[in-house]
Formats: sequence, structure tokens, C-alpha cells
Amino acid sequence: MFKGDFIKNLPKIYGTYTGGFLVFIILMAIAEQAGVSAKNIGVMFVAFTVLIYALIGYLSRTIQVDAYYVAGRQVPTVFNGMATAADWMSGASFVALAGGVYFGGYTYMAFLVGWTGGYVLVATLMAPYLRKFGCYTVPDFIGTRYGGNLVRACSVFVLFIASFTYVTAQINATGTIASRALGIPFEAGVWVGLISILICSMLGGMRAVTWTQVAQYIVLIIAYLLPVFWISSKVGGGVFPHLMLGDEVARLGELEKQFGLVKNSAADMKAAGVPGGLKYISGSHSGVPEGGMAVWKYLSLAICMMVGTASLPHILMRYFTTPTVRAARKSVAWSLFFIFLLYSSAPMLATLSKLALMDPNLPTGIIGKSISEVQSIEWVQRWSEVKQVFIADFNGDGILQLNEWFMRGDVVVLATPEVAGLPFVISGLVFAGGMAAAMSTADGLVLAISNALSHDIYYKIIDPKADTAKRLLVARVLLVIIGAAGAYIASFRLTSILGSVAWAFDFAMSGLFFPLVLGVWWKRATRAGAIAGIVSGIASGTLYLLWVFPKFSVPIFGGVNTPFLGIDHLRFGLIGAPICLVVMVVVSLMTKEPSPATQKLVDDTRIPTGKAILGKQH
Amino acid sequence: MSNKDAYWNKTKNHMIVTLVLWAFFSLVIFMFGSELNTMSFLGYPLAYYMTAQGSLLAFVIILFWTANKQEKIDEEHGFSEREDD
Repeated sequence: MFKGDFIKNLPKIYGTYTGGFLVFIILMAIAEQAGVSAKNIGVMFVAFTVLIYALIGYLSRTIQVDAYYVAGRQVPTVFNGMATAADWMSGASFVALAGGVYFGGYTYMAFLVGWTGGYVLVATLMAPYLRKFGCYTVPDFIGTRYGGNLVRACSVFVLFIASFTYVTAQINATGTIASRALGIPFEAGVWVGLISILICSMLGGMRAVTWTQVAQYIVLIIAYLLPVFWISSKVGGGVFPHLMLGDEVARLGELEKQFGLVKNSAADMKAAGVPGGLKYISGSHSGVPEGGMAVWKYLSLAICMMVGTASLPHILMRYFTTPTVRAARKSVAWSLFFIFLLYSSAPMLATLSKLALMDPNLPTGIIGKSISEVQSIEWVQRWSEVKQVFIADFNGDGILQLNEWFMRGDVVVLATPEVAGLPFVISGLVFAGGMAAAMSTADGLVLAISNALSHDIYYKIIDPKADTAKRLLVARVLLVIIGAAGAYIASFRLTSILGSVAWAFDFAMSGLFFPLVLGVWWKRATRAGAIAGIVSGIASGTLYLLWVFPKFSVPIFGGVNTPFLGIDHLRFGLIGAPICLVVMVVVSLMTKEPSPATQKLVDDTRIPTGKAILGKQH
Repeated sequence: MSNKDAYWNKTKNHMIVTLVLWAFFSLVIFMFGSELNTMSFLGYPLAYYMTAQGSLLAFVIILFWTANKQEKIDEEHGFSEREDD
């Protein structure tokens, strides 16, 4: 099945797969009508899709090094775009993005711009050149361009910190969704999630991950878009919400004025017993906050996310799998197109679900109604039981005010179909989509870490004479170890301590962005410069994070420190990356310029034609 | 100037143009968020529209445009890869 004609048959194979999935949704809808319980439908959705991914993972097994590391460099442009989109859109994007927009409004949407704009940097500065280089991993490029084991090891270290921060959050998300859909405890859900992730990636490495990610993209995009369009036409938002929600956005502005955007004090929230992680609406949906500091906060967050995107190894390595340099460039464009489909829908979903709850003229509206009435609504009761929504009557008037309604961000995606009165089959579909999103990102991350360790540390530094069988064995063992370590940490729910997904971007940007960019664009960059840049960038960024993040700064520095120029823990890359750049340039200029051989290597990297710098097997 | 140098100069200029467009849609317009929001597009306040959809769409268009343009530069200098996809 996976012979030469496989690549040509891809559109047919995935077309059939998509059709099959749609038929499955219809069958589930019929089953629901026939009286199958909501819980069983959820179980079937998750089990069926995960089994398909596992099957693809098994069929893509390989014993070849270049298939394991870079999918044999034969992934067509558009399919690589889909796989990258799935790799990129995490469980957090799927379940939490709309929630973020819901609570944060305009200010939060800096993330949307940041997580898409970064691809312009990927396409212009990195992807085509790294593809031409012919490396297997991101540290493989840095190690070969600058030469030497030390610089290679430094970049593996940064990759490890950035990707591991990210992967525990993904395994955590997989566990949460698996536990909710299958009705098992969270800890068991984490291990179920891990086993699913490993089955997809262990036997076939990058090749298996590529073809499962394409399948996962198809599931997650159907699961996201179908409810958005359905809800929109059901609540009168129009059949094409992206172009037709102007009135709704304006109405939200009026309602915000009418109810007032009140900030709750931390003491009040503590006294009322609001469960951790639940939020309330305090920012304007479409209004731009006034003042230079607000503008800077928006821009600085967008910059960190964009530059971070262009430095994250699990994304960059997807472009190593295309057949040509030019396919790598186009593939970045397709990736962003597929990401755009979901990202542009999140604000629309947030608008619709916010309006459904806020508008007193709608039957679903709850703000401004009496609290006892709201508490008797079925979905409010169900989500209150699991502490996902909460009501605190601060002013004691028995009426629900905007600032008295608390909800976890995930609920926006997971509960809106239910609130809008869609059949449960849609909620089951959403579970399958969330699972696909979390699994596909976790797959890519675990593979990025274990490939760097097995190729760059084991093969290139420890045992350069290892044969193919041994290399792949080591790669697979490391994959299992990394996955298990991630799941172990996730099962302790330590993720809240490890902090935000945004940190992964800041770590990557502090230590990898400039060494990668200057490696291609500045011939004068030297080994000593790169080592000094990576070390100083990651060290200064990390120290700043420890200094600025209250959970760390209180025990270490004995107090809460005010962020310097508004650069808080989400934006610490703005400290690390500039220091990395300055140190790298200064040290490079102080050291002897790179050898003619290295300069020739950079020249060759810049031109699409000709042999790859690193051979097919290296 | 050798063909390789000429190719790289063009590629560099093209990179700069792309990054200027990128900076415009990702940073410059959001410096004027409150001013833009007084205008409207498709019934949305303009700054809201750009951050929710407009800039994202602009990035997609920039990427397809920039890839096509770079392919033309490759061809002009004879660095175009024979095998397609």
C-alpha cells in the first residue's frame, strides 16, 4: 500500500477517508435518534478516530533512517500544509482559543495575529534554506553550519526546554479530553492519551506522524467548523458568520455598556470561593483599550508569538519533509491557509456564544436574570457540578451581573453546541476534534525531542559508528521515555506550575531564532558567536522569567517584582532574544571569520538547486 | 557580479519587501487600533476585523505571493528545480 503509487493516490485515499468520517457522523446522529446515550456516542467518536490513527501509524512503519526522520522527503506540498496545521494547532488552540477571545476580547486577539504572522518569518527566513541544507533536525543545521559538538548540544538543550514545556501541556489536554469523553479518571486518561500518541509515532517516526497528522487535521477542522456554521445559522447570525456578524459585534458593544465591565478584586473572588482557572468577562470584545501601554502590550505579545513560531523546532522540521525547496516555500503558505480556516472561526464562535449568554432578548440569555432561575438551567447545573462554571452574587441583589458569571475558557467550545440546542452528536464530534488536535501536536513535539536526542546527541556525538538498526532502536526507546516523562509530569497536574504554553515560544525565541536566521543570512556568524548567543539568550530569558513570575520570584527573590516595561512572564523572550542577538554579533566580530569551507556551505544553502549540504543518509 | 551574487541580492530585496508587508499587517496597523476602530468594514469595527480575520488573511495572501515571486527569481537566474512537487 505504501509504495511509489501511494503518493499519487493520496487525494483519493484522504478523500475516501473524509467521506467515511462524514458517514460515521451521520451514523452517530442516527444512533442518537435511536436512543444511544450521549456518553456512548462520545466514547465511540473518540475510540473510532483514535483507532484509525493507530492503524495509519502501523501501516507507515519503517526501518529506513530518512523515512523515520524526514518521511523520505516525499510529502506533497498541500498535504504537508495540512500536517503542519495539525502539528501547529494544539489542544489549547482547539478548546481554549475561542474561550480566550470570549474573555479577553480584542487584547487577547494579539495571540491570533502572533500565531499566524510568524509563518511569514518561517517562509522568508528559514524553511526553504533549512530544506536545502538537508538536515534531519534543527540542531543538525546549527551543528553543521557552525561546526562542533558544543554548539550542537547547546541547541538541543534549548529545543528540549521549549518543546518539553509545550508537550506536557499537550499530554495534559489529551488526558482531559480522553477522561471526559471516555468517563475515566484524569490520571488514566493521560496514559490512554500517551499510548495513542506512541502508537502513531513509534513505528514510523516522521512518516507515520505525517500521515496521521493529515488524518487528524481533517477530523479537527470538520469538528470545529461544522458547529460554528450550524450555531450561526441557528441563532440568526447568518449562514456565513465570518462575513455577517457585524451587527452582533456592535450589539455586544452596547450590552457591555449596559451591564458595565467591572473588575472584581482578588479578595472578593477568594471570599466568594470562585474555583481556580475560571474567568469572567472584564475586557471589551471589540473595543481597543486606550493608551500607549495597552498598544505596547498588544504589540509585544504579537512579536513574541511570531518570533517564537519561527523558532519552534517541531514546526520547522515539518518543512524538511517536502521533495524540493520550492515545495517547502509553497507548503508554508498552505499550512497557514489551513490554520487560517480554524483561527478565523474562533472569534466568530466567541462572538456567537457570548451573545447567546449576554443578550436578554434571546431565550438563551442569562445575564440580568435572577440567579435562582439561571441555576435551574440544565447545562448550568451540569457544568457547575464539575466546577467549570460558577456564580458569585457579589452585590447580593439576586440578579446575575456580568462580573458575577464565571466560566472556564474550554466551556465555550465544549458547551456552546449544547447551549444553542444542537444534538449531542455534535458534542461527540467536538471531543474527537479536541483529541485530534492535542494528539497531533503532542506527536510532533515528542518526535522533535526524541529525534534531536537520538540523532544529534546519540549518533552525532556519542556513537557516530552506530548502524541503522541501532540508531532507530535508540530513537524509538527515547520516544517512549520522553512521552512517558511528559505523561508522568502531566498526571501530577504540574502543568499549572510549569506555566503557560506561551513560555515554549519565549524559550525557543530566546535561544534559537537568531542562531538560525544569522546562520543563513550572515556569513560572518561564527561558532563562538553562536555558542555565546544561545547560552546568553536562554540564560537571560530564563533568569528574567524567574524574576518576573510571582510563583518563582516570591521564593527566590522574596517578593513580587514589577515587570520591566510591561514585559511580563508571557513576553520574556523580548529579553532573551535581543541579548542573544547582541552577544552573537559582538562575539562573532571578535572571533576569526568562518573558514572558506563554511562560507561555501552558506553560499550553497542559499541556492535552491544543487546537492543538499547533508546527504540523504547522514 | 556573479550570477549567484545577483540572485542573492534579488532574494534579499524580496525578503525585505515581504517583511515590510508583514510588519505593516502585524504591527503598524495595531499601533493605530483606536483610530482604526472608528472606521468599519463589513459592519465590523476595522481594528477588530483586522485582528480577528483581516491580518490573518493578509498573511496567507502574502505567503502565496512571496512564494510565486521567489520562484520567478529562481527561474530568471537558472536556479529553478526541475522536479515539481
